[in-house]
Amino acid sequence: MAAGVAAWLPFARAAAIGWMPVANCPMPLAPTDKNKRQDELIVLNVSGRRFETWRTTLERYPDTLLGSTEKEFFFNEDTKEYFFDRDPEVFRCVLNFYRTGKLHYPRYECISAYDDELAFYGILPEIIGDCCYEEYKDRKRENAERLQDDLDSENNQESMPSLSFRQTMWRAFENPHTSTMALVFYYVTGFFIAVSVITNVVETVPCGTVPGSKELPCGERYSVAFFCLDTACVMIFTVEYLLRLFAAPSRYRFIRSVMSIIDVVAIMPYYIGLVMTNNEDVSGAFVTLRVFRVFRIFKFSRHSQGLRILGYTLKSCASELGFLLFSLTMAIIIFATVMFYAEKGSSASKFTSIPASFWYTIVTMTTLGYGDMVPKTIAGKIFGSICSLSGVLVIALPVPVIVSNFSRIYHQNQRADKRRAQKKARLARIRVAKTGSSNAYLHSKRNGLLNEALELMGTPEEAHVGKTTSLIESQHHHLLHCLEKTTNHEFIDEQMYEQNCLESSMQNYPSTRSPSLSSHQGLTTTCCSRRSKKTTHLPNSNLPATRLRSMQELSTIHIQGSEQPSLTTSRSSLNLKADDGLRPNCKTSQITTAIISIPTPPALTPEGESRPPPASPGPNTNIPAIASNVVKVSAL
Amino acid sequence: MLTLEWESEGLQTVGIVVIICASLKLLHLLGLIDFSEDSVEDELEMATVRHRPEALELLEAQSKFTKKELQILYRGFKNECPSGVVNEDTFKEIYSQFFPQGDSTTYAHFLFNAFDTDHNGAVSFEDFIRGLSILLRGTVQEKLNWAFNLYDINKDGYITKEEMLDIMKAIYDMMGKCTYPVLKEDAPRQHVETFFQKMDKNKDGVVTIDEFIESCQKDENIMRSMQLFENVI
Repeated sequence: MAAGVAAWLPFARAAAIGWMPVANCPMPLAPTDKNKRQDELIVLNVSGRRFETWRTTLERYPDTLLGSTEKEFFFNEDTKEYFFDRDPEVFRCVLNFYRTGKLHYPRYECISAYDDELAFYGILPEIIGDCCYEEYKDRKRENAERLQDDLDSENNQESMPSLSFRQTMWRAFENPHTSTMALVFYYVTGFFIAVSVITNVVETVPCGTVPGSKELPCGERYSVAFFCLDTACVMIFTVEYLLRLFAAPSRYRFIRSVMSIIDVVAIMPYYIGLVMTNNEDVSGAFVTLRVFRVFRIFKFSRHSQGLRILGYTLKSCASELGFLLFSLTMAIIIFATVMFYAEKGSSASKFTSIPASFWYTIVTMTTLGYGDMVPKTIAGKIFGSICSLSGVLVIALPVPVIVSNFSRIYHQNQRADKRRAQKKARLARIRVAKTGSSNAYLHSKRNGLLNEALELMGTPEEAHVGKTTSLIESQHHHLLHCLEKTTNHEFIDEQMYEQNCLESSMQNYPSTRSPSLSSHQGLTTTCCSRRSKKTTHLPNSNLPATRLRSMQELSTIHIQGSEQPSLTTSRSSLNLKADDGLRPNCKTSQITTAIISIPTPPALTPEGESRPPPASPGPNTNIPAIASNVVKVSAL
Repeated sequence: MLTLEWESEGLQTVGIVVIICASLKLLHLLGLIDFSEDSVEDELEMATVRHRPEALELLEAQSKFTKKELQILYRGFKNECPSGVVNEDTFKEIYSQFFPQGDSTTYAHFLFNAFDTDHNGAVSFEDFIRGLSILLRGTVQEKLNWAFNLYDINKDGYITKEEMLDIMKAIYDMMGKCTYPVLKEDAPRQHVETFFQKMDKNKDGVVTIDEFIESCQKDENIMRSMQLFENVI
């Protein structure tokens, strides 16, 4: 339960009076405050620095060191204070958590020191408030990466678990430094990419003259050599592509990835060129295809991390770039129009049309100023100067903004994704905590009532079965129990609920004469006859043993026929011992009701109480005569 | 000739001036430049309501709590609501922490209205203490009165079946989905019927305060459970 909410528990319990007139059943008794201490100040001495707080403040979180009885281990009799030999700075944060309910992470603190302190005080780091949670997680991740790096460098000589051939190949492709073969492959492909790009470039260089004809580019002079080089490169690239395709864990995804598209585009022109003959009409298109050979240079991005990051950042800032382009286009059109109309009057003007003025505007705005088109009229010159000035502004200003936007948006995206991922995890944890609290209720319900019954019976030695819940928890459970009584329904957890739904849907069971079949209707009318009602049917006794959480184990109570009214229980023996003693006491009929109707806690068995199986006729007098066949009772 | 030239140049100059002004106006419209100093700052967030309760002695006199109890209560109250008042959303949130399995917002709404006696949309510490004083230290009559007030949603002095059904549904909502036995659709309605059978003496379809108190005083269970929370503080 959250911090301050514990302070509102009295209010919630008081408000429960609103249910009283509506309830048809008697309410359970309230837990008594056995040792009702006045709220007192306690002193916590942490390495010499004294902190003082109310006892109830600390007791808000009973599952931490300070909130539970564990702190008694640190109590110093002489000075009547609790002494902790720990860091006082971090303790300040911890104590503020108790006071305000929010745990903060101080930025100046080392992450591992902080974690250690939290672990000492029994506080989960997950409850760090939203304001500090991201910082905490970031630092934690950095720390973990650092540790992982250290670990990796240690483990480099260790042998990897055997992967399949395909997986090893894929790993070799993705991380070239894992094995020498991969490294060799990496360098060979890199070399051939470079060779291919260079041949493409050199092909066009004029190579000297063949006597009797004009200057030829090298590509045409040594066409055979270049063709062989090209073939070799393309073959290497094809083999590499096919190998990657074979090794890829998900072929479909690999085919769709950018790198594979680049690969395909890089080698396609060659094959198309092979297929197509040297027709003159298609050779124009063929020539265009050769341009795509330059895409081979993008294959370098596999070899260069920086290139990949650049590509990614461009992609992620596409909107900013788009805006820049749009505003430039707007400015260009405006100024081009203005210049055209301004220069229309002058003779022999180069500004023949608005599109022709585009070129002037672009050259002027980017401050290139080729000088092939210049305005001649005064108006043209004035607007020309305005154009160049605004060009500086329009281009120079957004660029730093875009650059800073790059990093901002990039980090923001990262953070948003992080937050989204964290949010799901955090909600899951919160949900677990919530179910934890409701499960705690269900658990304590059984334990708590047991405790009460035993106390009333006056056997103090058995009174501490199970963990002692704090007073606040027991009061909270009492509140929930009152709600159950008001509505005549019980809280159960999800799995039981689903099981019940399943059961009720296959209700067509040959009914033995157990009075419980009227359970669904009967329960809403007379809750107090519930003492007999817990004999619901199990469709099969082969309940899924997989549902083996401690709460879910169904205990079976065999109720044999009335001639042998012996109630042997597998787990509820402690109950029955109570029953024996309580029989003469008329007040206990209520308690017995409670006990029998509440499922017996399987968790008790691990608590190690040995149970002699009693054979007591017990309260079976309340249970109406049941048929002599054994009815398995699911004490749910 | 000269005049013609000057005319054309003059016209051009005029045209230039006009175009410059128009573009400046356009930029102003686009919000890129500002002429006037009318920068409207964002309005500050509405100042949070702050409330300081009455003096301790006054509250002690008005309620049935001792000073120490009031101190403890106020510390808890102020911790959760530093501004000194609880509004309905905070109230619902606090109340829902106690009932993790179900949806307690409707019931919290009714409860809020019952505590907010002056109907100003916020429960101050005095309202809180007044309510708690009745619930924890009041006579049975007062408690029953309070319960009646809770059920009577429109505060007209009569509990109708519809009001009771709303309350009952809110209570059942708090149970949530996972209950045993499975919650039927008409469970609240049946419960309301039972309630009215017991309470409505003259069978006129509404329960008045006298009928309510009378029937409750006759019921052992209810009387006993009213004493249940005596020692909460």
